[in-house]
Amino acid sequence: MNGLISIYKRELTSYFVTPVAYVFIVIFLFMTGVFTFYLGAFYESNQADLEPFFRFHPWLYLFLIPAISMRLWSDERKSGSIELLMTLPVSITDAVVAKYLAAWTFTAIALILTFPMWITVNYLGEPDNAVILASYIGSLIMAGGFLAIGSCISALTKSQVISFVISVVICFMFILSGFPMVLDLFESWAPQAVIDAIASFSFLTHFTSIKKGVIDMRDVIYFSALITFWLYVNVVIVENKKAD
Amino acid sequence: MSQAIKIKSLSKSFGPIHAVRDVSFDVGHGEVLGFLGPNGAGKSTTMKMITGFLEPTSGTVEVDGHDVLEDALSVKRSIGYLPEGAPAYGEMTVRNFLNFIADIRELRGSTRNQRLNEVIETINIENVIDQTIETLSKGYKRRVGLAQAILHDPNILVLDEPTDGLDPNQKHEVRNLIKKMAKEKAIIISTHILEEVDAVCTRAIIISSGELLFDGTPEQLIAKSEQGDIDHAFRNITMSKTIKS
Ligand SMILES: Nc1ncnc2c1ncn2[C@@H]1O[C@H](COP(=O)(O)OP(=O)(O)O)[C@@H](O)[C@H]1O
Ligand SMILES: [Mg+2]
Repeated sequence: MNGLISIYKRELTSYFVTPVAYVFIVIFLFMTGVFTFYLGAFYESNQADLEPFFRFHPWLYLFLIPAISMRLWSDERKSGSIELLMTLPVSITDAVVAKYLAAWTFTAIALILTFPMWITVNYLGEPDNAVILASYIGSLIMAGGFLAIGSCISALTKSQVISFVISVVICFMFILSGFPMVLDLFESWAPQAVIDAIASFSFLTHFTSIKKGVIDMRDVIYFSALITFWLYVNVVIVENKKAD
Repeated sequence: MSQAIKIKSLSKSFGPIHAVRDVSFDVGHGEVLGFLGPNGAGKSTTMKMITGFLEPTSGTVEVDGHDVLEDALSVKRSIGYLPEGAPAYGEMTVRNFLNFIADIRELRGSTRNQRLNEVIETINIENVIDQTIETLSKGYKRRVGLAQAILHDPNILVLDEPTDGLDPNQKHEVRNLIKKMAKEKAIIISTHILEEVDAVCTRAIIISSGELLFDGTPEQLIAKSEQGDIDHAFRNITMSKTIKS
């Protein structure tokens, strides 16, 4: 536990000693604004809720989360600091979880900084703030899913660029599998059970109810299982690749 | 003299490369073992197995009575390790980096402050303490690596080329530091600078192509050369091996 906390603290502070963190947060806030007001037609909808804001989170995360996760393990391997880390008295699992939690906390900070959006909608109308809170929590959980994939992939390679690209591709597949267009491809020939299975793997499917402010246990279980799976694979990869 | 490190028939292969072949030796408390060999001999690989970074292909390593595979965390607690090239987190300042090591080594309260102050003073890094590690010269980076390794005052030190890249004055300082710590600790240092062996080591081991070729005192090593020259002795031992194989 001590090792986990020490690494978590080190990782989290390391985000803020370089300008990268601030650049990331600015881009994140800018993009959420663009998506919500232009693509989401926030004003035109004449509805006092944040649905147009949350609707685009999967797409935003698709690129921004791999940008956070790409360096998690690839940098550690490239610089050789992994040898230091793995010879300190800490288990690989603790190190993986600590780095992951630090990245997740950083994401949470970026998400919290979108609060002007919430102030705006409260200024314009009378939204259901419980729904908004639930949507925020759901969005953060989904971000955790993207991050677990990204963290795992970053252990596969010493190159941050490769880590980024592969993570985006895999995350994209996890979004795409719930897309009507993709499901239509299977509609004509595959049994409904297969289509449901494919759709059930999609972040979109699980995010649909979340963005309306409904936190369904099944969605939480889905994301928890997904995160656990990818972090487990992450540990296995670090174990096998640490000295390469 | 109790045994701090026991190595039995240690081997490591990377695919077709046999980096370490059937190496056995012990190191006791109070010993400074010079680990010698040409580049690519398998010194770093052996050290990585002792410190639990690499798993042996076969053979065992015991550190202070703990098997490195079965009880990796205990082994990692009792060892201070300077990996080859002194890797660290470049974006951190020296102070923050040492604080992180103190955290993870569970140094607390007054012992923590005392150790930090002591180490910063003995290693002589006071003047760069608030500089980020990536901006340091090679010599200072190496010193930060050393500081990190000795911070928790470990019984056992494994130092992979601790004087590599240092200028003669810095080398002298590091050797003095090792000599000072030698009394209670078991220390392994790898080097290909042979004068170092005479200067600090109580015992020398030579490996080449992964095989152990010599294990004895520096005096016994020098006696391997007709001229009484340690370089010559080293060449005699490592070259005859190359010719044979
Ligand atoms: N991760 C690795 N993968 C493949 N070969 C390796 C790896 N690490 C070391 N080797 C090989 O093992 C041999 C011993 O290397 P090393 O232990 O670093 O030697 P030394 O430290 O004595 O210079 C070398 O031939 C090296 O190329
Ligand atoms: Mg080496």
